[in-house]
Amino acid sequence: MMPGGRLRALVILLAICLACGFVIARTRFVSDLSAFMPRSPTERQRLLLEQFRDGVIARLVMIGIEGGDAPERARLSRELAAKLRSDRQQFVGVQNGDAATAQRDRDYFLQNRYLLAPDIAPEHFTAEGLHAALLESLDRLSGDAGFLFKNIFPRDPTGETVKVLERFEGRSQPRSVEGVWASPDGKLALLLVQTRAAGSDIEAQSRVVSHIHQVFEAIEHRKTDTRLLMSGTGVLSVASRSAIEGEIARLAMASLALVTCLLLAVYRSPVLFLLGMVPVVLGALVGIAAVSLGFGQVHSLTLGFGTTLIGEAVDYSIYFFIQCFGGPRSDRFWRTIALGVATSIAGYSVLLFSGFPSLAQLGLYSISGLVAAALASRYLLPALMPGRTRLRDLRRPGAVLERLFNQAGRMRWGALAVVLAACAIIVAHSGRIWNRQLNALSPVAHQDQRTDERLRSGLGVSDMRYVAAFAAHDEPSALEQAERAGAVLQNLVDRSVIGGYTSPAFVLPSLAQQRSRQSALPDPAAARSRLNQAIVGLPIRVDRLSGFLSDLQAARTRAPLTRADLDGTSAEMLVDSLLVKRDHDFLVLLPLRTAGAGPPADRIDVDEVGRALGQARLGEVRVVDILEETTSLFDSYLREALMLVAIGCVVIGGLLLASLRSPLRTLRVAAPLACSVACVTATLLLCGVQLTILHLVGLLLAVAIGSNYALFFDMDRAVEDRGQVQVSLVVANLTAVSSFGLLGFSRVPVLSAIGTTVGLGTFLALVFSAMLTRSRPYPDGAGPT
Amino acid sequence: MADDLQLPDLMRTLSHNQQQEATFVEKRYLSVLDKPLESSGELYFIPPNRLEKRTLKPKPETLIVDGDVLIVDQSNRHRFTVSLQERPDISAFVESIRGTLAGDQSALEKFYSIELSGSADRWRLSLVPLRQEMMRIISRIQIAGSQADLTTIEFDFADGDRSEMLVAKARSR
Repeated sequence: MMPGGRLRALVILLAICLACGFVIARTRFVSDLSAFMPRSPTERQRLLLEQFRDGVIARLVMIGIEGGDAPERARLSRELAAKLRSDRQQFVGVQNGDAATAQRDRDYFLQNRYLLAPDIAPEHFTAEGLHAALLESLDRLSGDAGFLFKNIFPRDPTGETVKVLERFEGRSQPRSVEGVWASPDGKLALLLVQTRAAGSDIEAQSRVVSHIHQVFEAIEHRKTDTRLLMSGTGVLSVASRSAIEGEIARLAMASLALVTCLLLAVYRSPVLFLLGMVPVVLGALVGIAAVSLGFGQVHSLTLGFGTTLIGEAVDYSIYFFIQCFGGPRSDRFWRTIALGVATSIAGYSVLLFSGFPSLAQLGLYSISGLVAAALASRYLLPALMPGRTRLRDLRRPGAVLERLFNQAGRMRWGALAVVLAACAIIVAHSGRIWNRQLNALSPVAHQDQRTDERLRSGLGVSDMRYVAAFAAHDEPSALEQAERAGAVLQNLVDRSVIGGYTSPAFVLPSLAQQRSRQSALPDPAAARSRLNQAIVGLPIRVDRLSGFLSDLQAARTRAPLTRADLDGTSAEMLVDSLLVKRDHDFLVLLPLRTAGAGPPADRIDVDEVGRALGQARLGEVRVVDILEETTSLFDSYLREALMLVAIGCVVIGGLLLASLRSPLRTLRVAAPLACSVACVTATLLLCGVQLTILHLVGLLLAVAIGSNYALFFDMDRAVEDRGQVQVSLVVANLTAVSSFGLLGFSRVPVLSAIGTTVGLGTFLALVFSAMLTRSRPYPDGAGPT
Repeated sequence: MADDLQLPDLMRTLSHNQQQEATFVEKRYLSVLDKPLESSGELYFIPPNRLEKRTLKPKPETLIVDGDVLIVDQSNRHRFTVSLQERPDISAFVESIRGTLAGDQSALEKFYSIELSGSADRWRLSLVPLRQEMMRIISRIQIAGSQADLTTIEFDFADGDRSEMLVAKARSR
């Protein structure tokens, strides 16, 4: 090679590296969970996802205290809650079910009952209305729960406090052990914290997590066997970021080390090894830069997939070094490489259209990286190669492989039997092949997911399945609309269409509602005379009810309730989570409960509720079945992915057909890939794995990489030194299997799903290619030398 | 005095109780009211830990205690469930009656200091709450009976209010 050519190649290489480095230096790297949230969902789904991402739900930190004994956990819960409550800068609310908060709640409901109770209307305070209410209270006093109410009877003889409390009946509450919230099994003390910082603000959430840990560690006389568990959107984002970042560094190093050892062992030449890494490094740099330019940011998981590119980009140099040392027959060689790259691009390009930003990034990254690596191998490597470099003689291993492959070829009928069995397994699993849960795509480690479920179910946070939602332009109108919707919903409760609902207006009525209730209260003289009429015939001593009359008068003239009155009560978090301030408006959420009776006891007819609300002309109220929406969300993206993969397969098939110009040859190349896909799928299913979109993507990658093997086996019919070709294929396969296999060991479920699928898939693609695509063995089992 | 009944003996007698059915009449004397509130209904006890109180008048209402769970069903309105473990106050009420019916001395001693007087044919248990928070609600519970049958249950509330329940055995199986 001319020194001039080499210089030019070096300059080009450096220029590309510099350009990419410039772009990468200005790139924003993100690690939040939003990349796993689909991009263009329906209106209802967007509402849902927004809440998951930025809503109050995302601001909740669920805390569990483990270890020690129940009294110790309760003590720690109280101390931790007290310390966090005093930090109003970071925390909006802290709840642990303690008696003090329960007392504040009761006080709030008792003191504000005439502004909060549902029946407050003028007719309720006529002599007849009072009489009926007093009768009802007497019944309540003689009932089994009577002793709970008798203390407040003199002040609240018409039972308004009870009516306020009754609206919350049926809401599940965490169980209580030693006076604080605990998990159902009693082994965890539970707290619920609402942070001021948004759930998507990972930096702030990271500070919150470490702050809570510090506060907990610093509690005096804490027994050392006690431990803090935390979860929530923010906490999981923080955890998965650190997990992903740690994994990426670890995996990249391990993968690089493995490939280095492998290539040095084969090449026995540091120069060749370094040259071989040129397409890899260039591919990775170009890939990251392309994603940065295309998406404006790079998700750190995309970097995680970068390790996989090592496995594929290094292949081109392997093929080049091993196969092209023989002589000048490179035209045919490069045509095969080009076809391999084209099939890979066809496979990856469908990812670009995926609704999941993370997959679209992966697609762009892989395409640009592969093209760069292939071009570097084609045009830079030959120029950079020192003239004297010689690859060691690979004829011996070539001969060994030849025998091995010949034996494999004889087992092709056995292989077909295995494939048939695999197909049978897939058919037997039909209907439960796919994991339909949205969190199947979550990058959160399984252990963290389990902790999350444990805390979530203990706190009852996940119980919100049905919700009616609407937007209002300001807080007063939001509350007024919530009250109007509430009237419709109450009607549905009476008809047992729903079992109940929760509204922020239960604890914070609109100003108009409060005013109207105040105006329904009688003046002092009227109140006294009507009460005197009302108690006729009842065993009630009117002189004991002076507290009632004075409370009534105080309520008539008092200042209305505002959000600030809720401070320190559990109603505070209720209002914040159901009345959500957004950038330009307020979002109101009204959780619905099932009737628990009638044929579908655990279901709500969302359409019927929607119709009822629609008829009341309440503007646009959406009624969402969250479980149904998340499932259908996943289904629609699964359908999309299946469609894209099908298109990808058709394009790959078309490409092969067009360039091989023979249906039979195309079939010979495609068959091992199909067999490999069938066997990988069956293996995963046998291992109890339910497939996700990521497995599907993994299969696509396996096809893209495996197509190279099949193509080379197809080509080797016309080549004399097929020993070299086979050595190069095995080395390339080893690098792919080892780098993807490493990914399979990742603790990040997303990475491990792709890793195991592609690792196994590429290996099987090589084996099946050797069996099905490779030409029939020579009579004696030894190839020509 | 040979006639003096010892607590363990009474408890043993009670613990042999089979399933029981009885009727009750309860009167509540509340200071805010001129007249006592009267209610009546049926009691069922299925050893060792299921107790049902079915009020028929003035408003039908059912209270069932089974193990750790208390269910109140106000037929036309509400139904709520309470875990006794989570509500020591309610638990104390329940155990005074259930513990006595079952002859479960340790259940009673968990919440009360116990005094026994009278003879096997005419005994009277006086239960005084041990815990401060319970004392604030109730000052004393008195249960009277004859042999293995309860005849009256009286609650003296801390604020001076009182409730008195007369029990008449229906039949035992």
